[in-house]
Amino acid sequence: MASPMRSLAPEPQFATLEQQTETAQLGMWVFIATEVMFFGALIFTYYIYRLIYWEQFRLAAADTKILLGAINVAILLTSSLTMVLAVNAAKEGRQRALLVLLLVTAALGFCFLGVKGYEYVQDYNSSTVPSVNFLFKSGYHSPAELFWIFYFIATGFHAVHVTIGIGAILVMSWHARRGRFSPNYYSPLEVLGLYWSFVDTVWVFLFAAIYPLGRAIT
Amino acid sequence: MTAIAADLPTSYLTEEHTIASWLLTKDHKRIALLFFASITFFFFIGGIGAMLIRLQLLSPYGLLLQPDMYNRMFTMHGIVMVWFFLIPSIPATLGNFLIPLMIGAHDLAFPRLNLGSWYVFNLSGLFLLYTLFVGGVDTGWTFYTPYSTLFANGHVIGAAVAVFVNGFSSIMTGLNFVVTIHRLRAPGMTWMRLPLFVWAIYAVSIVMLLATPVLAMTLALVALERFMGVGVFDPALGGDPLLFQHMFWFYSHPAVYIMILPAMGVASELIACYARRPVFGYRGMAYAIMGIAVISFFVWAHHMFTAGISVYAAVVFSLMTFFVAVPSAIKVFNWTATLHKGRISFDAPMIYGLGFVGLFTIGGLTGLMLATLPVDVHVHDTYFVIAHFHYIMVGGTVSAFFGGLHFWWPKITGRRYPEMWARGAAILTFLGFNLTFFPQFILGYLGMMRRYYAYPPAFQEWNVLSSAGASILAVAYALPLFYLGWSLLWGERASANPWGATGLEWSTSSPPPKENFARTPVVKAAPYQYNPEDGSFVSQDGVAHA
Amino acid sequence: MQWLPFWPPDASNTAASIDKIFIGELSLSLVILCFVFGMMIVFGVRYRRNSAADRSNLVKKTWHWELTWTTGSLAVFLALFVWGANMYLWLYEPPRHPDLEIYVVAKQWMWKAEHPGGQREINEVHLPVDKVVRLLLTSEDVIHDFFVPAFRVKHDVLPGQYQTLWFKPTETGRFRLECAQYCGTQHAHMIGDIVVQSQADYARWLSQQGVHKSLAQQGEQLFRSFGCSGCHGANSTVHAPSLTGLYGRVVHLQDGTTTTADERYLRDCILLGASHIQVAGYPPIMPSFAGQIGEDDLMKLVAYIQSLSRQQQASP
Repeated sequence: MASPMRSLAPEPQFATLEQQTETAQLGMWVFIATEVMFFGALIFTYYIYRLIYWEQFRLAAADTKILLGAINVAILLTSSLTMVLAVNAAKEGRQRALLVLLLVTAALGFCFLGVKGYEYVQDYNSSTVPSVNFLFKSGYHSPAELFWIFYFIATGFHAVHVTIGIGAILVMSWHARRGRFSPNYYSPLEVLGLYWSFVDTVWVFLFAAIYPLGRAIT
Repeated sequence: MTAIAADLPTSYLTEEHTIASWLLTKDHKRIALLFFASITFFFFIGGIGAMLIRLQLLSPYGLLLQPDMYNRMFTMHGIVMVWFFLIPSIPATLGNFLIPLMIGAHDLAFPRLNLGSWYVFNLSGLFLLYTLFVGGVDTGWTFYTPYSTLFANGHVIGAAVAVFVNGFSSIMTGLNFVVTIHRLRAPGMTWMRLPLFVWAIYAVSIVMLLATPVLAMTLALVALERFMGVGVFDPALGGDPLLFQHMFWFYSHPAVYIMILPAMGVASELIACYARRPVFGYRGMAYAIMGIAVISFFVWAHHMFTAGISVYAAVVFSLMTFFVAVPSAIKVFNWTATLHKGRISFDAPMIYGLGFVGLFTIGGLTGLMLATLPVDVHVHDTYFVIAHFHYIMVGGTVSAFFGGLHFWWPKITGRRYPEMWARGAAILTFLGFNLTFFPQFILGYLGMMRRYYAYPPAFQEWNVLSSAGASILAVAYALPLFYLGWSLLWGERASANPWGATGLEWSTSSPPPKENFARTPVVKAAPYQYNPEDGSFVSQDGVAHA
Repeated sequence: MQWLPFWPPDASNTAASIDKIFIGELSLSLVILCFVFGMMIVFGVRYRRNSAADRSNLVKKTWHWELTWTTGSLAVFLALFVWGANMYLWLYEPPRHPDLEIYVVAKQWMWKAEHPGGQREINEVHLPVDKVVRLLLTSEDVIHDFFVPAFRVKHDVLPGQYQTLWFKPTETGRFRLECAQYCGTQHAHMIGDIVVQSQADYARWLSQQGVHKSLAQQGEQLFRSFGCSGCHGANSTVHAPSLTGLYGRVVHLQDGTTTTADERYLRDCILLGASHIQVAGYPPIMPSFAGQIGEDDLMKLVAYIQSLSRQQQASP
């Protein structure tokens, strides 16, 4: 049973390598569609409550650490760039650049998680962790806690997806080091790049939905 | 395996014999059999629940089970039957086996993902069995809040996790089918030459992919609320219990179409073959399948007409529900018309297929009654609803599943089953089923509530009839176990195409070799090119047969 | 419909209409079933494998037939929809002036009903025949459902909210009340009786209950003991909206929108305070009484505030 990484022959169910590549990409797009429904359900629910409890959500959102959130946007967007550059490097056969760029992408992913973790600590310190350490400040009512519940569920699930992505990137880095990718075969990188861009996009949406609410600019 | 395959040529069954070759297989045909084993196991678990329910309801006073145990029993029955039997049944067994064969491919697009799906399914099954073992849950398969989040003292989180993980299995299978049907069709297999079974699996897969993630999020929120005391659906914290219902039914309504669409696909295959004529209105049938899949996403709140939604919302959803009934009606009329000027034989698969059409029609007509708002107000949450969905899911899907199992049995196993026994089981199924569930329509309108462990003594006669029917149904479902099992060892050897059917799967040996086809087939004909005048047919690879 | 065997009693003004639609659909279903089954049997016999029937000239332009039965189905379905939706809107639109208002609180696993005169019942609701009844329903814990098969009425009862249900009983007798939303272990025993009596008998029953204070009067007591009169009373120095005539009136909110002061509005004001309801022209200082007032007491307060509107209507 030849692993797809080992030879340039397509798997037995495919007629050509090109068919295999296109199929893999379609598969990732379909998977992304399911993820859109998953996060979409949560974001939709969030917006419903936000509509009903407009004032409370504004109050609660003012306590979010927007600077950290924004830094994370920058980190992920940069990592998407490095990911795209990595795919390009593979396409052009630049093995060393490919490996470096993959590792940088993974490192940026780790940075994201680090910043997120630091942000969670800050959230704990400012007593905005529902059911664990939540303080009802003046003017707060139950819906304020609801805002924070959504914040943690959304960013929590997102962080899980980032972690899985980092794992996949590290696996790809290992394969890259073994010289498994070439201008003739780099499909797994494209597919992973698609996933990583999606994870990045979700963060942008989450950021826009969560952080700017309740600030002077809105 | 050697005894079973004793006199069969080399095939996917005999290719390798080790346990590892089965548990680590990438062959979609073996994976189909693995799934078959799993879902059959769960069918029995769910069936035990059904048996206990019907035994309990023989008496109006609730003598057999403690109330709490009864409540856990019907919950288990629902969860197991919906997620661990019905939803995977046709897609993961017949779909897995047949889709590559029908489109002329050598396997699915992602064979490892396919095997992964089976393991994820079993993992979710383990979670569920653990939940049942430590006492089960009593919320009903619908998990309504705030009962499930704040008041239930069963293992809600365990059940929620089990279903959450199960959803991944659905998604993995659905993804595989969608991508395979798009990309791996053999040369000449255009969309409008696809067998209707493939269309059905394609539509089902799309629904699975788009709906299941919403269930996943909903259950995650329920589990988190219960575990952490956060109040997404808790009214005391400003949450809305109705929101849970909207989210739950947004998945669960399309889910019921996940359960029926593959059965409709099977029915078309069976009826065309045994009527020896093309399906009436192939294009319309294909569009109807897609239409049902699309509209199914817009009717969810017809489960909530009495829940406290606005009357105007209810009116909109009632209208959409009537719309989704139209393509179903088209299919019923087209199946009936497919019998016109046919050359009909009544082998067991055909009996199951025609039984499917009849029982689905009854179920569908009662669906119209449920779509009618004021009638639904009266019969919602009564046995009328139970009868309606069992007519569709059991009378419909399970009949079609058994029909398909018999139809493709020679292809899958290389053996013929004993026809007379099979016809007897099919007829017994039809009769037993009607005796079980028709009285429940009457009970429902009279006002017998669902999920009640006891009922007014005036309802006892109908309940006794229903339980009697259930015992007949149990026999009818158990019979195939015996004669199909018998056929594995002593059944007559099957030829490549014992039924004279036109699909590509019949142009390869029974059972097929591991790679399905020696050479990739080239498709030259539309499906169902049966000629009823003389019984001749043209199979999809273009070969004419007398 | 009583002459039909196996038919539930129809004892409300709506039951007969609902039965009519149902029978209509039953008949239609029977016709369709006879047609479909009939065709299947006829074709099955006529075109069985060994018969000598003519099988030439299969229909090529199937779309003619398909269009026919598609438009036919659609037309029939739309007709059923209109018939049903019409009746449903009428069924669920509560009457403006019900003859009688009953306050129902559901909890695991019993029904508590209170009459305006203060009479309380558990798992029974006495009603006068031929009077329009409006129920105000809420739950103390999980979602229940108030279902009377003989009346063909049903509505979920939600915690934290008020739901309304109306009907007019047209027959005297005892009619089963059932909980129609799974609510826990004893869901099957959350049953009771609606006892419909002649108006004279009902009046006699009311007077025999040994109640001295009506619901509204009990509410007035609570209005003082909870401190509401401190702000909303006639002599208060606090600028708070007057409650006389409030019930049923349009209220202008701070953000420019309007709402109607129905039971839900009153309940939300009391339980959520100024965080949720900011009335135009008044400072947002009303506190929340969440957790301090039980459902029974809430209903009494609501009944009291409702009575202030009726007094206003009664007096010139």
